[in-house]
Amino acid sequence: MTNLTATVADPAASDAPVIAYPTPLLRINGVTKVFGAHSAVNDLSLDIKAGEFFALLGPSGCGKTTLLRMLAGFEAPDTGKIELNGEDIAAVLPHQRPVNMMFQNYALFPHLNVRDNIGFGLKSAGLTRLGIDTRVAEMVALVKLQGLEKRRPDQLSGGQKQRVALARALARHPQLLLLDEPLAALDKKLREETQVELMALQRQLGTTFVIVTHDQEEAMTMADRIGVMNSGRLQQVATPRQLYEAPASRWVAEFVGDVNIVEGGITHRDSHRLTIAGRDVGTLFAIEPRQPVGDAVICVAIRPEKIRLSRRGPATDLVNSGAMNSLEGVISDVGYLGGRSLYKVKLDRGATLRVALANTARLDVDAYSIGERVAAWFAPDDCVVLVQ
Amino acid sequence: MSARRIFTAPARLAAIPPYVWMVLFFLVPFGFVLKISLSQTAIAQPPYLPVFGLSEGIDGLKASFAALSLDNFRLLVSDNLYLASYLRSVLVAVVSTLILLAVGYPIAYGMARLPRRWQGIAMMLVIVPFWTSFLIRIYAWINILQHDGLLNKVLLALHVVSKPVVWLSTDSAMYLGIVYSYLPFMILPLYATLAKQDPSLIEAAADLGVSRIDAFWLVTVPLSLRGVGAGALLCFIPIMGEFVTPDLLAGSNSLMIGQTLWLEFFTNKDWPVASATAIVLLGLLLIPLLVYDRLQRRQLEAR
Repeated sequence: MTNLTATVADPAASDAPVIAYPTPLLRINGVTKVFGAHSAVNDLSLDIKAGEFFALLGPSGCGKTTLLRMLAGFEAPDTGKIELNGEDIAAVLPHQRPVNMMFQNYALFPHLNVRDNIGFGLKSAGLTRLGIDTRVAEMVALVKLQGLEKRRPDQLSGGQKQRVALARALARHPQLLLLDEPLAALDKKLREETQVELMALQRQLGTTFVIVTHDQEEAMTMADRIGVMNSGRLQQVATPRQLYEAPASRWVAEFVGDVNIVEGGITHRDSHRLTIAGRDVGTLFAIEPRQPVGDAVICVAIRPEKIRLSRRGPATDLVNSGAMNSLEGVISDVGYLGGRSLYKVKLDRGATLRVALANTARLDVDAYSIGERVAAWFAPDDCVVLVQ
Repeated sequence: MSARRIFTAPARLAAIPPYVWMVLFFLVPFGFVLKISLSQTAIAQPPYLPVFGLSEGIDGLKASFAALSLDNFRLLVSDNLYLASYLRSVLVAVVSTLILLAVGYPIAYGMARLPRRWQGIAMMLVIVPFWTSFLIRIYAWINILQHDGLLNKVLLALHVVSKPVVWLSTDSAMYLGIVYSYLPFMILPLYATLAKQDPSLIEAAADLGVSRIDAFWLVTVPLSLRGVGAGALLCFIPIMGEFVTPDLLAGSNSLMIGQTLWLEFFTNKDWPVASATAIVLLGLLLIPLLVYDRLQRRQLEAR
């Protein structure tokens, strides 16, 4: 997939000044893991830089947890290599890896108090009794658990348990911290607060974080880069913005965020502008993507918030010149979500578009209601053309 | 408060049968034994005095009560025979329980680590010996351990020993029999706690740099202590009162309290002393029960 940080080894350019790219902290190279007849991870390659906050995002059963468990050493890849700092760690047992994991169910030791849970791995890390006490106190302060050191896990709230698990995983100062759905058990408000705290913590410590999640908002909020996985393969590795605005495939476009997909074929192309006959939509103008598409069947992805609505369409010369797409239809459904409203527009040509509009005014006497005729319009730039 | 309200009148009725059972089959017989333990032996039918009855009116009943005494208990304390029997019972029960723990823990641990579908089969294998009568199994051991038994034949054939070894009527044979009979009682509670343990705890320990062996001692064992306690109690208490196994497999030079009780009751026909022996044994057995209960309560309070 992306080899952004790969060392350049181009013999033809040997005279040119060598740009020394740092070796990635973690290099996953062609890793496959098969369980029975089902391949959980399928020929997957990925580089993760030191200090990065990387999210593995995907639906349940896509192999992301298996990949994480291979990084921790609980599973061994069937083929392929996992390198940490350029060294193959296949033969390194879990308890000898400079990698720590925060478990989904936290896996706190029920018979030990907070202090002993956090300090559990420090004796084997070679710390003295005094060193352990100091480190535990540091960690307790880091995750703001002062005063709870003597509590047992079953005397803690979900949020507190999550903090203990985090402190325990960080206590050994790992080079790589793996987080398996770390926030899944928290309620929405606490989850959002914790996301911000995790990001601040990661920046403060500079530790490389790899988080597994099925929650795209969580991944988008926290991660520097996201790897979207489906059925054991990486579909796309990109920054949150790239992922959302420039999805690599229809699957990614549909998995990440809300989207309108229009299938169609290219009827005309000139100077990077495509004219597309969309099914049940009519003619659409779009910008040719950077990787040229053939004349095959394509689809166009348009995010709901990129579409605007008005009672009268945009100026006809804009539409006729292909500078704006305008589609006529009738409002068929209105969903009020607070900050924004989600409208469904039944187009005259048959398709239904989803349109998200921000509710910028408190008293919106001019809001669209069901049955109203509207024009839905959007720029060719806002259309993402994807191969089917 | 609110939890109590769930129990409506019919639900409360359902709690009655166990109490009836306890009164009929424990409390009433216990009262008889207690009464006999306070009586004196006599050549009569039944072989003790006084016998309560209303034939001589209220005064006669009063006289019967006045005739009760603690003499039998005084005898138990003064005669070394009884003290030695009690001590031997405690010793045998402690040693057997420790051996059972040492043998049962690895088996239970292994069972809990088997793939799910094999665990049921392993459980069956532990329970299957119960399908044969306990006595028959002990007699089978006698057969194996006797002078020309299977064990000696195998040992001779393998040239491990040059002449038959005396196994039967030794303490080793008795311990073997006891451990063999009580093993399931140790394995099952241990297995129950070990199988419930979250395997991700062991992974977490490994992740935190702790080797497998250390993880076993730091995580698995402390979390199985409840099962250890239950298994130890389930074995210790009945072994204290063992009679058949020591009688059939051990030598006759020192007796466990169960054997002494049997002697008093059947050979000496001294029902009052036998009853007093039983009452003291019951009192002794309350100690480990109370300790276990206290520990468990403390564990609950710590939560």
